[in-house]
Amino acid sequence: MTDERKPRVAVHKFSSCDGCQLAFLNLGPDLLRLAELVEIVHFAEAGPSNPDADVDIAFIEGSVSTPDERERLRRIRAHSGFLVTIGACATSGGLQALRNLRDSESEWREAIYARPEYIDSLAHATAIREHARVDLELWGCPVDGRQVLAAVRALLFGVPPVEERDKVCLECKRHQTVCVMVARGEPCMGPVTRTGCGALCPRFGRDCYACYGPAEGANTTSLAHRFEGLGLAPEAVARRFHFIHSGQEPFTGAGNEAAGIIPGKAR
Amino acid sequence: MSERRIRIETPALTRVEGEGRLDVDIRGDRIHRLHLDIFEPPRYFEKFLEGRHYSEVPDTVARICGICPVAYQMSAVQALESAFGIRPSPWVEAMRRVFYCGEWIQSHALHIHLLAAPDFLGFDDVMAMAREHPATVNRGLSLQGLGNALIALFGARSVHPVGARVGGFHHAPTPAEVAALVERLEAAIPEAEALVRWTAELPLPDEAQEFTSVALRHEREYPMVAGRIVSSAGLDVAAEAFDEHMQERHEPHSTALFAAIDGEPYLVGPLARLNLNRDRLPAAVAAVLSETGIGFPSANMYHSVVARAVEILFAVREARDLLAGYREPDSPWVAASPRAGDAAGATEAPRGLLWHRYRTDDAGLIRHARIVPPTSQNQARIEQDLHAALRAGGLDRPDDALRRHAETVIRNYDPCISCATHFIDLRVERGS
Repeated sequence: MTDERKPRVAVHKFSSCDGCQLAFLNLGPDLLRLAELVEIVHFAEAGPSNPDADVDIAFIEGSVSTPDERERLRRIRAHSGFLVTIGACATSGGLQALRNLRDSESEWREAIYARPEYIDSLAHATAIREHARVDLELWGCPVDGRQVLAAVRALLFGVPPVEERDKVCLECKRHQTVCVMVARGEPCMGPVTRTGCGALCPRFGRDCYACYGPAEGANTTSLAHRFEGLGLAPEAVARRFHFIHSGQEPFTGAGNEAAGIIPGKAR
Repeated sequence: MSERRIRIETPALTRVEGEGRLDVDIRGDRIHRLHLDIFEPPRYFEKFLEGRHYSEVPDTVARICGICPVAYQMSAVQALESAFGIRPSPWVEAMRRVFYCGEWIQSHALHIHLLAAPDFLGFDDVMAMAREHPATVNRGLSLQGLGNALIALFGARSVHPVGARVGGFHHAPTPAEVAALVERLEAAIPEAEALVRWTAELPLPDEAQEFTSVALRHEREYPMVAGRIVSSAGLDVAAEAFDEHMQERHEPHSTALFAAIDGEPYLVGPLARLNLNRDRLPAAVAAVLSETGIGFPSANMYHSVVARAVEILFAVREARDLLAGYREPDSPWVAASPRAGDAAGATEAPRGLLWHRYRTDDAGLIRHARIVPPTSQNQARIEQDLHAALRAGGLDRPDDALRRHAETVIRNYDPCISCATHFIDLRVERGS
């Protein structure tokens, strides 16, 4: 990034719910300030459309689930300095990666659409990193404005952004939140989940469902046993791991193990 | 004969949620083909829901749409509570309405200021508009922020909120948190009134079209989370029976299905709601609307932006009134005992009627799910509008003018293309 001109930023959308783009659109006055600090050259939902422009930072929301998306990503990578994934879909495949577990895409397409031949879709919905080099991943379903602004700031200063890798449990301790698993027997995913959300669910008295993905050194085996001890059936344990981040290890494996699925074999 | 093919290429259909493009084939003085192509990839939510426990449904369906997760959660819990025979407490019913008001305010303010207004005032985007109209844009962003805060009051965050559950909420806010928001709502009333007047003064085109409006209608309330489904053509059915009257079909150019009632396209959303429910507006809101001189029901699709502003004002006042005298309940939810059941739920998402149906087994697992979002219901109507509007404006205009006109028409519907594509009728039809 040179000092002569404003850094150029793009926000791209792939298969997603648009919720992570709201991390920008919900910024309020900070969105206007951001637009002064950087040049937003592509952000279709906000207006600017210039998908193939050269940019310093490209943010990507969504997973890759069609041949067209694969091709589009290749072009974006070629035109972008830093490539940053925002949210679960881009970072691990997201909720729609559930279709990968059973190789059911073509069957579902036929069950759902009257004319399945009209639908052009890949068998799997996958994370951006499976198709292109990614420089930074922002976890969360959704990411919030604080995360994207911190990333922009860090990249503008040329320093690596600080990444939160702690478990949600630590965040609960910091907030002095009563543990929902210990106190109420809720099957909380906090012990294996990356923090960053602010432990929102336990603070609301409910179980974390791992929308920020796996924490570093997550002991999923031990937690799966704990869930069984709480009375969860094997399929229910599997569903805890196979939810927002089913495409991300160690969650994929932990869910498969609980459900007795051997990868590569149809159930 | 002159032939022109105008293609608004992806992702040049900007300032809409999701990915679509418009394909218009003009031959001489007629439109040979006009397709709103929706090619956002399918995400198969209805299939993911099969085999999931009912308690997982609110967190799953929220992910269908980042802009209206509350609507998805509320239609789902309503259907599941109906399947299980649960009646939430009056506290829950009132607070769900507040929660939903937050989403209307947030989504409508986002659409008016960030997506639609630049069209009417001749800017490319809100960033450019803010340089010349800073006060207007700041008012809009502040209302949007208020809507988000209201969602977060019950959901901890505004995108994919975590507070909703079958039977009520996981958590009740404290009286102090509520009081702080009531103060902000109070302060926002004059701002929202000014917004209604501002939208009424926009240089909106004066174009009338014939169309059928469809919305919920409640015996007393302006419709949001309850009521029968009615239309300006005389339909009047319970949510349970909606699928007997509404048909969906699959077209080659779209991953969203096209909906029709009795074979005819119809409109859902703020204009349809206001057209059918003007008499349900509280007097204070109706008075502000009357002062604008715009009469509803209106046949001018461009009045959608006015309807959105009216609904923001309504939602700000409604939330304030419902939160007045707030008290924490003994429990913010009632327990559910799952049973085998089959029921529908319908609420008014910011973009219009959002209909869900679930079949459950006696363990509370979802056996079948069907979801009909507002944008797929509006899809056929948008194409119908484009045919009429482009012809009325003259097909011999330069491509750029036609393109700009078409985009403005489409944005009026606030289409959420991300939502639209993930829903499909599961009844299989196969040609021989």
